[in-house]
Amino acid sequence: MRFEAVSKRFGNFVAVELLSLDIFEREFFALLGPSGCGKTTLLRMLAGLEQPTEGRILLDGLDISGVPPHRRPVNMMFQSYALFPHLTVEANIAFGLKQDGMPKPEIATRVREMLELVKLDGFGERKPHQLSGGQRQRVALARALAKRPRVLLLDEPMSALDRKLREDTRFELMELQNTLGLTFVIVTHDQEEAMTVADRIGVMNAGQLAQVATPSEIYEHPNSRWIADFIGDINLIEGRVASSGLGHTVIESMTGGRFLVAAEATVGAAVAVALRPEKLRIDTVASGASGENGFPGRVTEIGYLGGVSVYKVRLDNGLDMKATLTNHTRLTAQPIAIGERVRLSFAPEAGVVLLR
Amino acid sequence: MTDAAKPALRKAPDWGRRLVILVPALWLAVFFVVPCLIVLKISLSQTVIAQPPYVPVLDLAAGWPGLRDFAGGLSLDSYKMLGSDWIYLTSYLRSLAIAAMSTVILLAVGYPIAYGIARSPRRLQPVLIMAVFLPFLTAFLIRIYAWINILQREGLLNDTLLALGIVREPVVWLATDTAIIIGIVYSYLPFMVLPLYASLEKLDESLLEAAADLGAPRWKAFWLVTVPLSASGIVAGALLCFIPIAGEFVIPDLLGGSSALMIGQTLWTEFFQNKDWPVASAVAIALLLVLLAPILIYQHVQMRALEDR
Repeated sequence: MRFEAVSKRFGNFVAVELLSLDIFEREFFALLGPSGCGKTTLLRMLAGLEQPTEGRILLDGLDISGVPPHRRPVNMMFQSYALFPHLTVEANIAFGLKQDGMPKPEIATRVREMLELVKLDGFGERKPHQLSGGQRQRVALARALAKRPRVLLLDEPMSALDRKLREDTRFELMELQNTLGLTFVIVTHDQEEAMTVADRIGVMNAGQLAQVATPSEIYEHPNSRWIADFIGDINLIEGRVASSGLGHTVIESMTGGRFLVAAEATVGAAVAVALRPEKLRIDTVASGASGENGFPGRVTEIGYLGGVSVYKVRLDNGLDMKATLTNHTRLTAQPIAIGERVRLSFAPEAGVVLLR
Repeated sequence: MTDAAKPALRKAPDWGRRLVILVPALWLAVFFVVPCLIVLKISLSQTVIAQPPYVPVLDLAAGWPGLRDFAGGLSLDSYKMLGSDWIYLTSYLRSLAIAAMSTVILLAVGYPIAYGIARSPRRLQPVLIMAVFLPFLTAFLIRIYAWINILQREGLLNDTLLALGIVREPVVWLATDTAIIIGIVYSYLPFMVLPLYASLEKLDESLLEAAADLGAPRWKAFWLVTVPLSASGIVAGALLCFIPIAGEFVIPDLLGGSSALMIGQTLWTEFFQNKDWPVASAVAIALLLVLLAPILIYQHVQMRALEDR
């Protein structure tokens, strides 16, 4: 599946701008972005519910831009589920099959298979309003999968579920995609969801793709300040390249202090260094730790999250940094207290140099 | 002590609730049930030339014997009369046929209007609904007389048809069933549009998108999703029109011919020309029973719609 310079405008509003993207067969692809970034519009264009203003959408090399939704080998699971309230669960799942003119006995078999697949055997006679939110979501999934589409589109499929159910559902989705061997395209604003389920993520911002890469690549090697900031927690230090060579770069921070990063960059360029909080090391000054890239500071805030604790540290050069520490042992008292003098440090490999 | 206090506490809101129901219940009793019983009573009486023009007259002052005399004087003669003369049966059938025909046309005309309003921009919808009701700002009788003007031999309709060359000779519209149906469809349209609009307006657009996504072309999605989901509106609108149309008097009297009557006209004749109150009452009671069937169907559909929610 391929987007070629696709744009979509609603009046003066540009929802998607000159976007090109390839989605591969049997891939689990996530479109991630803040609300209003155009990700749902992109999905709706795949389904045929919106027509691109410019550009082409290709499926197996064929332009499907003008094909109406009911003739596309693509099915969508709607955010609101859009189950037909006047039809039973079975009739909902059978709806698409009937449109294809599938013989009745085959429809019955397929519906039974789908109900089994989403673990709703015995619920076929019910109406959607007699189901819980999670069950409804499964019916919507079964209905979209019943026609065995080439591509399954999922529009924020888990936004209406509670947290626990959402986490279970993620893994079930991945399993389904594995067993059925279909291409899944999911739209979500939940980065954790995208990171968990997807093989590749396309991060969208203001109608354009900011980065398309595997989850780990996006997390570890964001290609811009915006991506680094959008995905997960990050410390961004603005600075200038002082010297660079042999795989290492010395960066002079805007607020004073120099540090070493394992990357090469043009000398004199204005850059930002992105540091994930969990890659920072935090020691009490009293421990006498020393080494590369160490900055003295004072703890201003501590957030205890159970598995990890977040420390906010104001460095002596004025920067506010965030560091997380895994709570390896059961805490009786915080090993580091608010107001304590600490030393933050990081390995040269921990930082990512961002030019944009 | 606490046991005694509890039911008292529970009773307080209960009384409030009963009071709220009491008002409409009283209203219905005074203005529907009691008049109905009076009509039923008259329908079981015999006609006489007197004041009032029927016997027996219920005289509660006479006490028990009076009541017994009254009960003994009741008979089903008027109902037998309904069965004996073809004029009644034919007017019933005519009324039902015209009501059915008009309702089907109303549905065919009203559905697209309601659909159009429900699909128009939200800001515009109240204005359009107002427009549907705009004719009500003029008196009903004036509007029907206007139709006489339009439909008569040298009327607007014939003038237009002749000018456009669609017909060579003026067509006789007035005093035909066509005229009655035109008048009825025109007058009852808002009662069809409003319930249809109410049910169509609630329709979730994503359901139609889902139907399209699952392979249904537009017309099929409309047939499989929109129509069943507006069923309650269709039934409500149809009954809201069918029931009063079946008893319609003014429109057939002014626009229709004098040869065949609708039941409302027959009733009027019995009451005002023949001064036969018992038979007129029997006609009314029989009509009520005939129309009870669609009302019960409506109730049933309503209950089902409630269950589906």
